[in-house]
Amino acid sequence: MSNSDILINIVRFILLVFLQVLLLNNVNLAGYINPYVYILFIILYPLDGDKGLLIFISFLLGLSIDIFEDSGGVHAAACAFIAYIRPVVLKYSFGVSYEYNSVKIKKADPMERLTYIASLVFMHHFVMFALEIFSFNHTLLLLKSTLFSGLFTTIVIICTMIIFNKKSS
Amino acid sequence: MFAVLFIISVALTIQTHNYHNNKFVSSANFFSGKVFTFRNNITDYFNLANENEQLLQENLRLRRKLDTFKEIIVFEELDSTVLPNKFDYYTARVINNNYSKSKNHLTIDRGRRDSIEIDLGVISSKGIVGIVSNVSENYATVQSILNTKSRINAKLKKSSHFGSLIWNTEDPNVVQLIDIPRLAQLEKGDTIITGGRSTIFPEGILIGTVKDFRLDNDDNYYYINVDLFNDMTRLENVYLIRNNEALEILTLEKAVEDVEQ
Repeated sequence: MSNSDILINIVRFILLVFLQVLLLNNVNLAGYINPYVYILFIILYPLDGDKGLLIFISFLLGLSIDIFEDSGGVHAAACAFIAYIRPVVLKYSFGVSYEYNSVKIKKADPMERLTYIASLVFMHHFVMFALEIFSFNHTLLLLKSTLFSGLFTTIVIICTMIIFNKKSS
Repeated sequence: MFAVLFIISVALTIQTHNYHNNKFVSSANFFSGKVFTFRNNITDYFNLANENEQLLQENLRLRRKLDTFKEIIVFEELDSTVLPNKFDYYTARVINNNYSKSKNHLTIDRGRRDSIEIDLGVISSKGIVGIVSNVSENYATVQSILNTKSRINAKLKKSSHFGSLIWNTEDPNVVQLIDIPRLAQLEKGDTIITGGRSTIFPEGILIGTVKDFRLDNDDNYYYINVDLFNDMTRLENVYLIRNNEALEILTLEKAVEDVEQ
């Protein structure tokens, strides 16, 4: 990772946390649907970056959201989880080519990219809502929240990536 | 590494399920308080008209009440000693408000410095809001009534049958009243108020009206959906209530329990 990469990631971390707590947590579409776009940080983290470091930073990312949301450690747990599982997801969505570091997330095949993003988003949301609700009596609520918030997040993340891609090219 | 961090965060989550212990990760800290205050200074302006209207309504109501009291009290200020009030009131501004999760909290801009403590009741001009769950120097978090952990003593205004107020996470403007015995006469539109059996809220704070009701599974108690008077999705100004006799009541009750054990 080069110096400019590190700088970009620090700025991205801070921007995403503020975007999430000041704006996106208040969307509440239909009463309970919120996009959790801050995990874009984990999705865009350089593929050749240190994996242990990613898990730790993701934990901090989730924890900062938790502090603003009063939700204990649910975001921290979900973020640490998807950071841990990311290499596996990368492998099955981009195939073996990922191992040769030849894949760029922004330039990958749209279908592969969608698989990668959606998998991470839904895993994150499932862990997060499961921990937040923490009761078998509300399984339906858990599935409903995961599905709708997950769809919403995926759409917003893909739009964000398309917008910022155009700008840079 | 992953396992350690995961266990830490799960532990943090479980810790918050413990009502009095959510100390460590909380929005009642200096930094997030400042951020939320900053946001509120901007967004407050969009609601000013609505807030003014509410305050006017409340003034009107209080003025009417005052008039009825004036007729009763004939001898005004015979002596200058002031009796200690049973309840003290404080005002606060809501700087962050959740209602879309299953365990919701609010953050307010008053803290230990303004003599706010854990377990004070929080109401708005229209009705009940929640209970203070965590306090820092300048801010406090409030466990909203829209929280699956909340259980608040409430009763029917008409017949004084009392039960517990809970929330089933479905609608931020509808809460549930359980444990009302089936003997109680119920109608749609009946008013629900706080019961005064807890040391947190005084008796008679407004909660809502009966939306619909059915008998519970074991047929002895009602399960009542209550339409809240408060719009929990837009709270701006709230009041905090301190019961000055709470400590005395709790110590007495604890003494009785200790004897019985």
